[in-house]
Amino acid sequence: MKDSLTIVLSGEAGQGLQTIEEFLVEALSKEYYVFTSKEVMSRVRGGNNTVEIRVSNAPIYALRYTIDYLFLLNKNSFYRLPKRLTKDTVVFGEENFVTSEDKEKYNLNLETFELTKLAKEAGNRLFANTILFGYIAGMLKLSRHIGHELIEKRFEHRGEKMVLANQEAYDMGFELGTNYHMPKTIEKPESVPSYKIIDGNTALGIGALAGGVNYIASYPMSPGTTVLMYLANKGEEFGVLAEQAEDEIAALNMVIGAWYAGARGLATTSGGGFALMTEAVSLAGITENPAVVHVAQRPGPATGLPTRTEQGDLNLVVYAGHGEFPRIVLAPGKLEDGIHLAQRAFWLADKYQVPVFILSDQFWLESMGQMEPFEVDDRYLESFVVKTEKDYKRYDWTNTISPRGIPGYGEGFVKADSDEHDESGQITEDFDVRVKMHEKRLAKRELLLEDYQQAELVGPANYKQLVVGWGSTYGVLKEYIETTDQKDVAYLYVKQPFPLPLSMKSYFDQAENVVVVESNATGQFTNILKLELDVKVDHRILKYNGEPFNIEEINERVSEVLR
Amino acid sequence: MSKFDFEHEIDIAWCPGCGNFPLRKSIIMALNELNLDPTQVVFSSGIGQAAKMPQYIDASYFNGLHGRGLSVAQAIQSVNPKLVVIAEGGDGDMYGEGGNHFIHNVRRNPNLAHIVHNNMIYGLTKGQGSPTSPKGLETTVQITGVYNEPLNPMALALSLGATFVGRAFTGDIERTKDMIKKAIEHKGYAIVDIFHPCVTFNKVNTFQWYKNHSFWLDETHDPQDYRKAMDLALDTERLALGVLYQKEDSIPFDEAHPVYREDKTPIIHRKRDIAKVNELLK
Repeated sequence: MKDSLTIVLSGEAGQGLQTIEEFLVEALSKEYYVFTSKEVMSRVRGGNNTVEIRVSNAPIYALRYTIDYLFLLNKNSFYRLPKRLTKDTVVFGEENFVTSEDKEKYNLNLETFELTKLAKEAGNRLFANTILFGYIAGMLKLSRHIGHELIEKRFEHRGEKMVLANQEAYDMGFELGTNYHMPKTIEKPESVPSYKIIDGNTALGIGALAGGVNYIASYPMSPGTTVLMYLANKGEEFGVLAEQAEDEIAALNMVIGAWYAGARGLATTSGGGFALMTEAVSLAGITENPAVVHVAQRPGPATGLPTRTEQGDLNLVVYAGHGEFPRIVLAPGKLEDGIHLAQRAFWLADKYQVPVFILSDQFWLESMGQMEPFEVDDRYLESFVVKTEKDYKRYDWTNTISPRGIPGYGEGFVKADSDEHDESGQITEDFDVRVKMHEKRLAKRELLLEDYQQAELVGPANYKQLVVGWGSTYGVLKEYIETTDQKDVAYLYVKQPFPLPLSMKSYFDQAENVVVVESNATGQFTNILKLELDVKVDHRILKYNGEPFNIEEINERVSEVLR
Repeated sequence: MSKFDFEHEIDIAWCPGCGNFPLRKSIIMALNELNLDPTQVVFSSGIGQAAKMPQYIDASYFNGLHGRGLSVAQAIQSVNPKLVVIAEGGDGDMYGEGGNHFIHNVRRNPNLAHIVHNNMIYGLTKGQGSPTSPKGLETTVQITGVYNEPLNPMALALSLGATFVGRAFTGDIERTKDMIKKAIEHKGYAIVDIFHPCVTFNKVNTFQWYKNHSFWLDETHDPQDYRKAMDLALDTERLALGVLYQKEDSIPFDEAHPVYREDKTPIIHRKRDIAKVNELLK
């Protein structure tokens, strides 16, 4: 039976929570199934941030709300968490981290854990994180050497002394952890496949590289910036020109210029930054210039909750830009799809000469999970650029897709225009040309549906009730289907929320009860289902407080509306 | 027929007597005298009467959005540094709507020529004040006269460390052509602010006004003298024409960027090694 433990580390920004998370997820992944996620406040130092590490004897992909073991790392790290505790939760912390009033009020099972003192004994305050890593590893009965190897890998470049000192600190924690008697335990699985540990950000970065990205221009905005940093770091090695733009307006215009000249460009941003890009989205539309934009969602409007999560910008990307033109929206929910869909985005943009959006969110980007290892191939590197001839016409309307030349390659000139234009790309106000050119652009919508990224059905094929989600709700809904007693329910994981092919309707025809789950307040995808497919949705499960869906609430809220 | 011109007659959307006509001549002459291959030249422009220039020159172009011509040009040049890239537009386009891109591309120093038609007025939107309109100019919006301080593009570019700062007047086709040639040949960002009259909407800054208020620098001016250049730029009574400033050892954006540090191949010509990507998946 699937069983899991939730361990939460609660501290402040700048305390190195991310380092412990990385260590633990790598180490635990060798002998358990593991999934981690984090929630942080919008500040550089201080505040209260938590990391949740979920450990299981079977595959897991979702956040659990209830905490089994809580590690407090400072005085300020308890006040936000009481609602996540049960009567069995064990709270670890130093003597004064919880007030005596709180102890009484919540009837806490306190376990004194003098981390600062232990670190001093080990020789340096900075060893605290390593001791904690060792403690949790010991408590969960991990093979001791796993930690040693990870520490060596991480501190190698800082010399042998540093490696040994950290290994000693780890051992110190490990001993204490081994001796701790856990009130709630899980069986270690017999064996765990060799997984790749990855988060959404890295998946997108790798996918973009495999899709041929060689240009990125972006303006920093959480949570979209990590992809920029990832590709900037890989720039020299892979030949990616990364440039920090002065604003998002410049960023997308630069990306469009790069594509025009033959590069594969990407802009990464969040909702507010994307709002500034919408004029350029429209430019890509009329110039039939490819463009790829990663929109990392966080709750709006305006600045909203900068470090939290939401799926509130689907409408924004579907309708972004003045005028009418086709586009593609992809939304990864599975880590593998972060790679596949990013690869595919560049290929689709090149093939159909349209803007392609990768719509992710803070929760998905920053959660780490286990991914079955696989290799990418070069199919998405296929280029659709042609060598031009002397009389080349950029907007030749013989076919819906005009062959795309680039300047400097061939005898012809490549004339791209944001004004309405004739076949050669010259400005025109001829109404007949306008109609023909406009219809040519819009006709791409039907064509690009031939490459629709099919949705995935999780659960029984003969379902009677259907739960639908798009993008990041994948983990929690898949876990729900795998654990529910309800046998007539399946989950449809939509990877391309827009545009939708009519053939997709058959999924809904079979269902007597359709439930859409999404992290926004107005049911944006539900409305798209109605508009695109005329599908009737029976129930919407919405969430918009800035937190991702957790498994307990999905169990509860989905059960309420199932028959 | 010269290169960069059309064999057939073209319909040009400018007013008769517009300063854009002689400027078009200067640009085509400059491109021919530099003996450039038209397939290797790309114009990037925004929107406005000035930004229509690429439509009337036979070469590749990206006629994009108002204010964004420089951003597109900078990207084109950086992904394929072998191309000759020219960004072109008017004073409203480049100094108003595109002001932020102007500032930050001076800092980037991309290897391109930036031609700004400066007639101190909006034309296509019918006679509103522009960022360079002089105080007191009566316009269709500033009906009692412009009250904001005009932007000084030469002084602004110099203060930001521009590596080539020049100004011309379309009243002299020959010298304007020479300025454009120098700007194209300059290694790095080269701005040429070009005075020309708007015969329809600016009744103050006319052909005669520019003629009376400007003078061409002679060989006694040392373009490497930054302080002198700044003095000239700040003098708004007698407007100096010519190369005000040129930095000798300018390092353009593409040469400074890490992606070109070792490998000089334009990034668009590099092949992605999928085996190397798979290393990241291990």
